[in-house]
Amino acid sequence: MAAPTRIDARFAALRKSGRKALVTFVSAGDPDLETSAAIIAGLPKAGADIIEIGMPFSDPMADGPAVQASSLRALKAGQTMIKTLAMVRRFREADADTPIVLMGYYNPIYVYGTARFIADAKAAGVDGLIVVDVPPEADDEVCLPAVEAGLNFIRLATPTTDDVRLPAVLKNTSGFVYYVSITGITGAAAPVVNDVHDQVKRIKRQTDIPVVVGFGVRSGEQARAIAAGADGVVVGSAIIDRIEKSLDSNGKATTSTVANVLDMVHELASAMRA
Amino acid sequence: MATTTQKSAEAKLNSYSTGPDDKGFFGLFGGRFVAETLMPLILELERAYSAAKADPTFQAEIDFLNLHYAGRPSPLYFAERMTNELGGAKIYFKRDELNHTGSHKINNCLGQILLARRMGKTRIIAETGAGQHGVAVATVCAKYGIGCEIYMGATDIERQAPNVARMKLLGAKLNPVTSGAGTLKDAMNEALRDWVTNVRDTYYLIGTAAGPHPYPAMVRDFQSIIGKETREQMLAAEGRLPDTLVACIGGGSNSIGLFHPFLDDKDVAIYGVEAGGHGLDVENGHAASMTGGTPGVLHGNRTYLLQDADGQILEGHSISAGLDYPGVGPEHAWLKDTGRVTYVAITDNEALAALQVCTRLEGIIPALEPSHALAHVIKLAATLPKDNLLVMNLCGRGDKDLFSVAKALGMKI
Repeated sequence: MAAPTRIDARFAALRKSGRKALVTFVSAGDPDLETSAAIIAGLPKAGADIIEIGMPFSDPMADGPAVQASSLRALKAGQTMIKTLAMVRRFREADADTPIVLMGYYNPIYVYGTARFIADAKAAGVDGLIVVDVPPEADDEVCLPAVEAGLNFIRLATPTTDDVRLPAVLKNTSGFVYYVSITGITGAAAPVVNDVHDQVKRIKRQTDIPVVVGFGVRSGEQARAIAAGADGVVVGSAIIDRIEKSLDSNGKATTSTVANVLDMVHELASAMRA
Repeated sequence: MATTTQKSAEAKLNSYSTGPDDKGFFGLFGGRFVAETLMPLILELERAYSAAKADPTFQAEIDFLNLHYAGRPSPLYFAERMTNELGGAKIYFKRDELNHTGSHKINNCLGQILLARRMGKTRIIAETGAGQHGVAVATVCAKYGIGCEIYMGATDIERQAPNVARMKLLGAKLNPVTSGAGTLKDAMNEALRDWVTNVRDTYYLIGTAAGPHPYPAMVRDFQSIIGKETREQMLAAEGRLPDTLVACIGGGSNSIGLFHPFLDDKDVAIYGVEAGGHGLDVENGHAASMTGGTPGVLHGNRTYLLQDADGQILEGHSISAGLDYPGVGPEHAWLKDTGRVTYVAITDNEALAALQVCTRLEGIIPALEPSHALAHVIKLAATLPKDNLLVMNLCGRGDKDLFSVAKALGMKI
């Protein structure tokens, strides 16, 4: 059994206080490095229990328009993997407890050098990884070396992951299981709450790892309803929409960008804790 | 007996034609790099294709359609005037532009539509660059009465207007893609997003020998009819195998189709021709992923990609919409690294010049894609002896390119 990570500790603490996790997603460097760093720094106080940070990629095949646009904004502003890892290091200097999960696609990791990436991510204070396009059939690529280095490797389970396949998906998963509530891309149609709860139950029959639900969760009310039958929810596209709406006509951050985003996270957190 | 077994085991070990392995890898390249939502479907597809391959009625259906619908076998034509003009190798064209729909793309679409029917899928999606694959998909969907949606980059829609009209006429729903540079890569991203959303009833009919396993192997198998016919036809015409093969490469489906049946014939020299665009030294100005790119992971497979130092994919450029793709099929990536196939690049201007040479000397207007292969033939033929038998795959006809070619040459139509 691997040593507990910040993610494990966070879920243990949440369980003790009877709360569900609010996991927030933003793309690193969206809309620019400084604004993004300020948003991330403010997330724990606003009520995020776990911070998921997207590693921008030019071709985010599993993402909807909101995340695509945020990824491209970040790249246009000059975001790189080195800058993303530096952002995490900076966050970690000020916050020793809030778990950080990096999420993205395999190519930027592969080109950075997988071994080098895992070492640098661990050193920067990253706790878990989600690599969307590396299935369990390719566990030797990133998952096993990441687990070896003491990182959680968080896998997505989806409505098409049937009971026969589920053990393979769960096998090397740690930290939490990310249940994708719909077949589709991020930010698409809202999931049906009762269906999601049934699916979470189905997964929980096969694992004790916390199950967090994401894709299509947009409001505090919805987050609360879905979290009631799970261990937490991920909100991404709705937060990113808030970033986009706060930008000026040239797509640059305004003085209200950081506050707008953090206010929204605060509303989500309050709804979930109500 | 023991020696024979040993010999055949050795032959297999040294073979270039046994890949991929059971996880879909050709050496380092290939694999299945897709989101979990798609993974169960990819595995189902692999099972369905294995079962179909083992079923003689499946091959019989394909053979029937190739003969009566696609118009195969395509001729192996001796290009006499080009041969005389260049003064070297004896040049043959494999005339896959004469197939129904005007390119080699129909070979693959017939195979995959039969498979989709076997799998009970009721909706087809596809990506297209030049529109040749889109037209072939729309064609087989019309023939079998299955609804289809085609993703095509907005830039490509503009430069391939005749194919756009054909697809619409055939009843396909055309979805313009405006993300990125609006070319093939972006169309493939959108098709994947559609597939992940409609995974239960939808079959993704990929047009090139790339993507997650089993697509690269499956598309290659359906396209290998090109090389198999060439082999028989050359034996009939000249009593021996060809010495040299040349084909163009975007994703690499026509070329792998020609090359694959010859990979273990060590004396056959094989050349793959990539799109050199404005030149390999122009940053982001070409689409030559092997001669000007590095290994990475995109669209379900590991292969050579056009990308920057941070792993972000570049758009690339080629005058030919069908070659304008920043990746390449994984089997080609492996054939490059093993040295079995020599990959070269041809610029936009060289391809345009070759198109005119072929048109004037042979009375055949080739598409811009095989014009790249032709340009390399023009360079190569003169360096080869007169008894060198060279086959170039003329994989598509040029009608679709008339507007772009006229524009590039300053002609008014």
